[in-house]
Amino acid sequence: MKRTSLAVAALALAAAAGPAAAQNEQFVPANFYWVGPYAPGGSGFGGGMIDYFAMLNERDHGINGVKLTWEKCETEYRNDRGVECYERSKNKGPTGASVIHPLSTGITYSLIEKATADKIPVISLGYGRTDAADGRVFPYIFPLITTYWSQNTAKIKFIGMKEGGMDKLQGKKIVNIYHDSAYGKETIPVLDVQAKKYGFQVTHIAVPHPGNEQQAQWLQIRQIKPDWVILRGWGVMNPTALKAAAKIGFPRDRIVGVWWSGAEEDVIPAGDAAKGYIAAGFNLPGTSFPVMQDILKNVYKKGKGEMEDSSRIGSIYHTRGVVAGIITAEAIRTAQAQFGKGKPMTGEQVRWGIEHLNIDDKRLKELGAVGLMQPLKVSCMDHEGGGAVKFLQWDGKKWNVITDWIASDQSIVRPMVEASAAQYAKEKGIAPRDCSKEK
Amino acid sequence: MELIFFIEVLAGGLLAGVMYALVALGFVLIYKASGVFNFAQGSMVFFAALTFVSLTERGWNFWLALAATLAVMVLLGVATERVVLRPLVNQAPITLFMATIGLAFVLEGLSQLLWGSQPHGLELGIPDVPMEWLSRKWNVNISQFDLFAAFVAGALVAVLALLFQKTRIGRALRAVADDHQAALAVGIPLQHIWAIVWAVAGFVALVAGVMWGVRNGVQYALTFVALKALPVLILGGFESILGAIIGGLIIGAGEKLAEVYLGPYVGGGIESWFAYVIALLFLLVRPEGLFGEKHIDRV
Repeated sequence: MKRTSLAVAALALAAAAGPAAAQNEQFVPANFYWVGPYAPGGSGFGGGMIDYFAMLNERDHGINGVKLTWEKCETEYRNDRGVECYERSKNKGPTGASVIHPLSTGITYSLIEKATADKIPVISLGYGRTDAADGRVFPYIFPLITTYWSQNTAKIKFIGMKEGGMDKLQGKKIVNIYHDSAYGKETIPVLDVQAKKYGFQVTHIAVPHPGNEQQAQWLQIRQIKPDWVILRGWGVMNPTALKAAAKIGFPRDRIVGVWWSGAEEDVIPAGDAAKGYIAAGFNLPGTSFPVMQDILKNVYKKGKGEMEDSSRIGSIYHTRGVVAGIITAEAIRTAQAQFGKGKPMTGEQVRWGIEHLNIDDKRLKELGAVGLMQPLKVSCMDHEGGGAVKFLQWDGKKWNVITDWIASDQSIVRPMVEASAAQYAKEKGIAPRDCSKEK
Repeated sequence: MELIFFIEVLAGGLLAGVMYALVALGFVLIYKASGVFNFAQGSMVFFAALTFVSLTERGWNFWLALAATLAVMVLLGVATERVVLRPLVNQAPITLFMATIGLAFVLEGLSQLLWGSQPHGLELGIPDVPMEWLSRKWNVNISQFDLFAAFVAGALVAVLALLFQKTRIGRALRAVADDHQAALAVGIPLQHIWAIVWAVAGFVALVAGVMWGVRNGVQYALTFVALKALPVLILGGFESILGAIIGGLIIGAGEKLAEVYLGPYVGGGIESWFAYVIALLFLLVRPEGLFGEKHIDRV
């Protein structure tokens, strides 16, 4: 009887204390994937973001005293599960979900209209719908840092640099081997435009999902004899492509991958066949950045931390998640500066925060993230914000940075983004915002 | 030049087909002995390969890790018989099939729970690169590893054929496959036989898992190799070990030739579904598959 009374009293206390504590919390859903074929990406990215939040809570007691909270929901990289997780998490926390990271182009597409109606911003960091970079048409969608189209122009610039100048691309052969999905096909239009502009010949070769068999495609590549191959893979398609390239004797240092083909998990299974392979990146790996040191000190040394395998701390996917954490926290901080420090922000307010993000070199230094990511300035017109890419080369053990940040070619990308966004606005009956009137 | 390229595509397809046949063999074994289409075969391939590579990465000697994984697969086979199949004796085949679907999901979850979801590299010391002399002399690229895989598949088929045709266990296996109740009536221990066949299927899964693991790395996507085995089974027949091999060769060669010669006209990426087109075309002529047994029901 006494035990029951104590339990009831404890529950009553908890119920009384709960809402008060919750008022000082900012909820960010952790809708990622920890099982299935794409778990290495999901667990690394999700782990990095959560580790950064945990570090902020430990080191700074949150953002101006507002603790960050999160709840994991397994999406399995499936659209239906992604939408289910979104619905489940959107009303949690004192102000609902602050921001969603779908970590899937497919889920991002599924959430565009829902999240816009619910006034919850969606950040698709290095993936998602490219034309959402036009914030006039997509007020709640942020394909931040670099879109696929921007990245592709940087990739062609890189190839041009390697060939000795953009004029040297004339007459060259480039094969674009891609995952036969919406994600894989996303860059075909921009590559075609670039081929016309620079006079190279591009051949698009599809690999059916999941990409665990590519012999026929690489035999076709052998016959084409390209100067360069662009690898637009995901999951098992990446190591399989590198192994198949080795099988036909195609040099790996002539293969340039998208950043979703450029993690440790993409090259380690390919063994020696991956040596020399080059991939794009918008974040760099490593634990020497001050922010990573803070995560190690405040999270992992205290026996916490999301990465069960310590060798994955500081890997490409993990630091990409840390970058996602930095951007999310900075957006909340920016929103607080406008709408009230020390208060949890609504999705609408965080959206304003993202649209006014300005992470310059000075701020990057304060954050301990110089070199980890590029400076980022977002606006109503430009929901991309960065647009630059670095290239990394795998030496068999680790990724080595082989270029500085290479800016994308917005003279190609921006008109395409605006035309595509205008088409979307017309189809959906959306009146684009007038950015000059936005505060 | 064109002829050499054709030969290269054909040879590559045939060797890829051998890899499909390795997976298909596991399905055939269980279907032959129990009439069950084992949906969990792909998951068994993944579980076996992941267990093996995880043990080697923890410093286990190659052969010790192989033996330990084999022991785990035998235990898994016995446990499957005890927990999943024994309570379902004499139930409709669809019930057993549904049980294997459940088993597939349990195995996939268990594998990642035990060993994590990270992809692993796996090397057997046989390079997956073209043989130089062939490349130099004929400009044809045939991988050493693919030839090794073909040899392994051939050896496996020979061992399984001996087991089925020349041993008492093999005869009992065939009797059980024909009729559970009749086999029980003549004193064949059904549970015993099922446990053996699931254990052998576990061994086949280990071999297939290691071969595919060397090729693509050991990761969750290994479960998808079962999808490659399905058209092989449709074509070769669910009950024939020889059918699995011949079916594998036809599907492998057919899909690669289709991808290279038809793909460019229809946007490419056709090989995964074209394999099923080939299988369905064969079904029109031989509904039981190339080597499947003809079923005659008296009414």
